[in-house]
Amino acid sequence: MNQFAMAFTPDKLEEAWHVFLTEFPLGLWETVYVTVLSTLFAIVIGLPLGILLVTGDENGIRPMPKPLMKVINVIINFLRSVPFLILIVMVIPLTRAIVGTSIGSVASIVPLVVAAFPFVARLVESSLRELDPNIIEMAQSMGSSTMQIIFQVMLPESVPSLITNFTLAITTILGYTAMSGAMGGGGLGKIAINYGYSRYKYAVLYLAVIVLVLLVQLFQTVGTRLATRLDKRIKK
Amino acid sequence: MIELRNLSKRFVTADGPVEALNGVNLTVNDGDIYGIIGMSGAGKSTLVRCINMLERPTEGSVLLDGQDLGALSKKEMQAVRRQVTMIFQSFNLLMQRTCLQNIMFPLKLIHTPRAEAEARAKALLKTVGLPDKANVYPAQLSGGQQQRIAIARALATNPRVLLCDEATSALDPKTTQSILELIRQINRDTGITVIVITHQMSVVQEICNRVAILEHGAVVEEGEVSEVFSHPRAAATKALVFPDMAAGEIVSTGYGQRVRLIFEGSVTIDKPLIASLAMECGIAANILGASTRTIGNREYGYMLIEIPGGPDELARALNYIGKAPNVSVQVEAEYGKKEAAV
Repeated sequence: MNQFAMAFTPDKLEEAWHVFLTEFPLGLWETVYVTVLSTLFAIVIGLPLGILLVTGDENGIRPMPKPLMKVINVIINFLRSVPFLILIVMVIPLTRAIVGTSIGSVASIVPLVVAAFPFVARLVESSLRELDPNIIEMAQSMGSSTMQIIFQVMLPESVPSLITNFTLAITTILGYTAMSGAMGGGGLGKIAINYGYSRYKYAVLYLAVIVLVLLVQLFQTVGTRLATRLDKRIKK
Repeated sequence: MIELRNLSKRFVTADGPVEALNGVNLTVNDGDIYGIIGMSGAGKSTLVRCINMLERPTEGSVLLDGQDLGALSKKEMQAVRRQVTMIFQSFNLLMQRTCLQNIMFPLKLIHTPRAEAEARAKALLKTVGLPDKANVYPAQLSGGQQQRIAIARALATNPRVLLCDEATSALDPKTTQSILELIRQINRDTGITVIVITHQMSVVQEICNRVAILEHGAVVEEGEVSEVFSHPRAAATKALVFPDMAAGEIVSTGYGQRVRLIFEGSVTIDKPLIASLAMECGIAANILGASTRTIGNREYGYMLIEIPGGPDELARALNYIGKAPNVSVQVEAEYGKKEAAV
């Protein structure tokens, strides 16, 4: 505790401020682009997978062979249950194969995507399942094809819910970037661990946490506003 | 013309198979407004969904102008569904699209050029009486207005058949009237065949020319609306036509002879029949129950009375009532015997 209190003496705070000015801009930038890119890739993989989970279900609009659906579900559940810290290590060979190295911000995108796409797939699944089945039936009664139902009914009608869930995904992935920062990735997580954990510079650690919290707030606010604005069910 | 031939649908549930439809035979002629009525669970929704193959019948066939819909490919069926469109109890509008976009939806599915689709949608908005709602979202509309947009959407592809699945069940009586009026008007103007699925007697009375009564997945009675309603034969029909009578026991004084008076389209009853029976014949009939309905400006229905006294009084009463126009008389169960459920 004594040591903790000593971390916030005026000269320590001044030192932290110095780190804030010199290292935080790059750290913040790394965190933001790693988060955004990881989320995008996770959506690119997770969105079609989530659609498949709903449409390929035995009660879906285009039932798929049950064993296939079972395998997909098992893989998703498996990836969702592996703790992220362990997942980072597990996918190192994949990371090396794709990026060439397992160290650094760019390399950290690989485990982040692997961890996030099953999560996004489940979020998409839950968004699409919220849709009134009567709407799907209406589309079928009008002679829609499966693809038309997906792209002209299911997705457009679920936009507000999808945005809400993607916001949840991006804030979760932001949290994960801090963890990957500790495991050789870059960004604010790396700064927080390097200074706060390795060198007992708690002031820097807390500053990093504050910036991360503000970032989450920003993403959440923008996401919520966007979802509300785009939802035509809300009378304005 | 739509023909349902020996249509059956079996659902496999956890509690074993359920026969939703059991050998239904129906013929709906072009331009008909055909009512299919039944209590909930009678199989109405399954039946209407078999007509556009949203549900595949287990047995039997659906013929549209002689063409067996069960034999069509998926693509061909999609084309048929543009000719046999549907409106729903819950309207089922796309909530994230404007009314105009909703009406354009079926046209977009077949890649109709945008300008053409928009012109058609705007014309339909006028048809359903909501020309100013083009850019409004469904959430801002009342139930009746939403159903009008749904009707416009169902008409976008110029269908030959409109299926109405409990289309007015979620609406208040006044709105129901206006929606039914709209459907009737569209039927009159375009000659579209309409199949109305409902549990509401009043809906059938209001717009249908023919009706089928469905019970436990089978048609128990079928025919012209006025005929079926004035002479209900099946128990299910009687329960629907005279729900108030079917529900409870008829209180009887326990003496006298029961007589059923059937009003078959009496335009008006010129004089009070029961009162004049009392005054002119001196027979004080006891009214046990009555149910009459106005169908197409004529009175239909029945009255159950009890004639006190013996065979003499009965003969005089029957003779007197028999003279009244458009009223027929049936002598009910034996003297003093309690009548079975109507």
